Amino acid sequence: MRQYLIPTFAMIIFLLFWEALVWVNDWPNYKMASPSDLWPAFWRFRELFLSYGWETLWRTVVGLLIAIVIGVFLGMIMGFSKVMREGLYPLLVGFNAIPKATVVPIVALMFVGQHDLNTILIAFMISFFPIAVSVSIGLSTLEPEYRDILRSLGASKITIFWKIALPKTLPEFFGALKVAVTLAFIGTNLMEIVSPHGRGLGALFDSGKTNSDYPLMFAVLIALAVLGIALYYVVVFLERIFAGWAERSAD
Amino acid sequence: MASSHENLIAINGVTHAYGKDGDALPVLKNLTLGVPLHGFTAVVGPSGCGKSTLTRLIAGLMRPDEGEVWLHGERVSSPRSTVGMAFQNPVLLEWRSILKNVLLPLEIVPTDLSKQEAEERALHLLHLVGLSGFEDKRPSELSGGMRQRASLCRSLIHNPEVLILDEPFGALDAFTREDLWLTMHKLRAEEPFTGVLITHDLRESIFLADEVVVLSDRPATVQYTVSLTHEAQPSLDELYTSEALATLNELREQIRIARNDAEV
Repeated sequence: MRQYLIPTFAMIIFLLFWEALVWVNDWPNYKMASPSDLWPAFWRFRELFLSYGWETLWRTVVGLLIAIVIGVFLGMIMGFSKVMREGLYPLLVGFNAIPKATVVPIVALMFVGQHDLNTILIAFMISFFPIAVSVSIGLSTLEPEYRDILRSLGASKITIFWKIALPKTLPEFFGALKVAVTLAFIGTNLMEIVSPHGRGLGALFDSGKTNSDYPLMFAVLIALAVLGIALYYVVVFLERIFAGWAERSAD
Repeated sequence: MASSHENLIAINGVTHAYGKDGDALPVLKNLTLGVPLHGFTAVVGPSGCGKSTLTRLIAGLMRPDEGEVWLHGERVSSPRSTVGMAFQNPVLLEWRSILKNVLLPLEIVPTDLSKQEAEERALHLLHLVGLSGFEDKRPSELSGGMRQRASLCRSLIHNPEVLILDEPFGALDAFTREDLWLTMHKLRAEEPFTGVLITHDLRESIFLADEVVVLSDRPATVQYTVSLTHEAQPSLDELYTSEALATLNELREQIRIARNDAEV
């Protein structure tokens, strides 16, 4: 009970503070909308929020899933082979250093009109890096004794991977996944905002901007935050199931 | 069986170096060592003299440049399932219970035991080392000494012909270590094995082993050997007899010689 009450209470305080801030300063809508302005915006566009929210969500999740597959694959290659690590690392770091906002128009031109593909692609590109790095570090820092315990019994490399290397890397993997979830949302929205005739919450945000509907813009931000929180806790839930052992009990 | 293979573990003239020709680091040089069936040999020597290399050669994790390693009359060229290993780091898997950790080798090695029989055997071993009631705990819930006990059970679960212990008690405090020495004698009585123990602790070596081998400094070869006899279940008093003290002094002198040689 307590674990739900405290966050709810904190959120109510935050909303009240926000409302008061706008009210005390007497800010107009275009400077900052207040929480009480948001409900009408939500209600007026409730169907769009639902359908666009879904669009944003599924593209993000698909992008994230691809990022997991590719990220884990790259991480495994780099974790097991020193040559691959030395070769791929600078490439990956360089790729990651490019601000994805600059890649958005390039991808949009490359696959004109393929809105789903473009969006998923950006969500993937922005989020696979932490996964690849964490898996590769997890695998390459495996203490040799762990390997020797099974190798001395004649276990194959694949057995060692499944029985020891993979489970041992799971806590790092989930740590990276929490970062990747947030990044994937950024990626999806970048493309949705930039892409003309787009769908999704990013497109709704953009239309709020063109129509000077400031409460709508803020409402989109809140909707994005809600989706982000939901997906984050899905990851936390999975982490508890698959890597709960890494959590030390308080006592 | 040929006479040279009478020992269960036979290391014949093994020479090994790390690295390539120019900057090769010779570690072992013409080392010959034998351990009879159900014998227990302790190997002591200066730090970095190649003791751990020796364990990896016996386990088949490495092949020597020259010479041969024989186990039970078969030449060792790759890892084999008849070996059990324990290290200074107990390397238990945090995501498994103690029982599942002990059972790990049986998931790799072919076994005749049914799942239930395997569990019974694991529980029996845990009982022998004094870990009854801890089988469902996670490794992180156990003390260092208890983890090392669990690690010993894991190294014995598949009935290995050869047990290789690489400083298993090195990271434990003195009292826990002495406790574990007594446990080792108990294990040997109940689960006869042929063993090699690498250690830095001379008291440990003479209390546990039938034979203590002093290696010279790198490249290591056998410098001195002493045989010991034990009562069936010795007490720590055995370490304080005049005979034991004389052996300890001689071993200490031999280690000193080995280290001095290195400085010349």
